[in-house]
Amino acid sequence: MATLERLLSEHPFFKDLDPRYIQLIAGCAQEVTFKAGEFIFREGDPASRFWVIRNGRISLEVFAPGRGPIMIETLGEGDVMGWSWMVPPYRKQYDARALELTRALEFDAMCIRGKCDEEPKLGYELFKRFSQIIGQRLQATRLRLIDLYGSHA
Amino acid sequence: MVVTLKPQQIPVAVSTDPMVPVPYRLLRVRRETSDTFTFEFGSVDGSRFPFAPGQFNMLYLFGVGEVPISISGDPERPEILVHTVRAVGTVTTPFCKLKPGDIIGVRGPFGSSWPVVEAAGNDVVIVAGGVGLAPLRPAIYHILNHRGEYGRVAVLYGARSPGDMLYKKELAEWRGRFDVQVEVTVDAAKPDEWQGNVGVVTTLIPRAHFDPHHVTALVCGPEIMMRFTILELQKRGLRDDQIYISMERNMKCAIGFCGHCQYGPNFVCKDGPVFRFDRVKEIFGKREI
Repeated sequence: MATLERLLSEHPFFKDLDPRYIQLIAGCAQEVTFKAGEFIFREGDPASRFWVIRNGRISLEVFAPGRGPIMIETLGEGDVMGWSWMVPPYRKQYDARALELTRALEFDAMCIRGKCDEEPKLGYELFKRFSQIIGQRLQATRLRLIDLYGSHA
Repeated sequence: MVVTLKPQQIPVAVSTDPMVPVPYRLLRVRRETSDTFTFEFGSVDGSRFPFAPGQFNMLYLFGVGEVPISISGDPERPEILVHTVRAVGTVTTPFCKLKPGDIIGVRGPFGSSWPVVEAAGNDVVIVAGGVGLAPLRPAIYHILNHRGEYGRVAVLYGARSPGDMLYKKELAEWRGRFDVQVEVTVDAAKPDEWQGNVGVVTTLIPRAHFDPHHVTALVCGPEIMMRFTILELQKRGLRDDQIYISMERNMKCAIGFCGHCQYGPNFVCKDGPVFRFDRVKEIFGKREI
């Protein structure tokens, strides 16, 4: 098995994915490294890529006028970053910055969309996995809205 | 001749009546956050105060009232009584203005405790939210004092912001050890004040290192936080009888007489505050209770 395919199959996001599909999507992926402090994307950038994080830590930030940047979520080993590529207007809504040296697999979203069109079962499988992640993030956001640790809680 | 007694030789503070407070003098105060303080007390007669991790005391501010507060000190240092108090109510707000030398009344210790002895031989995962770290700190002390008796140990802590975290220095010390996984997260932060995790405490559970078949989980925080933490622990494969929670209810007598803290068939003061989850799961989260 080629290195990239092995790295993909080891990542929790692709756990138990059919090896045929792993081989298929490996053609859309490349290994990338981000230095601490490096911006991976900025708000408003085209959402043409997504990443599965192998190790390191990334902060999602939003810039608030008068307050500066605010960290709204951190992602680390085993996490997936970026799902704006799946829905219009295909634009990044936040900044993403590496907090430490981070290694990830970067996917070309156009390429993945093409593979999903060719192989709808792969598309269904990937969308199921992304839906789960979107659901978890929504849940975590709702919990923060409750102010989980507040004195009134 | 001056004789210095070892801590275990110092007599135990005993009140013959559990309703009668014993006087304690405030020795030191440390500000933890904008509204939360840690107080160290010593008994007026020099006696020590043995307790089990997770137990609480009724602290009496003379002329104001009494309030139940978990003990947050080291169970192996019974000569010092430690409480962490958040200024939120009619008793705790003036309580947080106490100065060294002031005297309070103490009744206790009361209630059930974390199963730190029973958990020996297992991995332990400790999940705390907000001031919920205070009742868990004696359990962490115990586990670290007897580290060889446990498998992997993970401490997961969530707070609103970096400024709302308790025991920052100790968290850093525990994290510096090679035998404990300490993960801390906050709800939101500015990049120039925080380089750690951002997200709710439940997001730390999937990355905690433990064997779900041989782990004991100790959970403390606001009830809603415990609810979602339990769901996440169950997703990792924990059974209900592996999870312990600490409940909070309005308490008055602390000895199971008055009924103020009734929680279904239990009294939180006497049967709790620490409950094994399978024993309260039917009533946990019920709106009527």
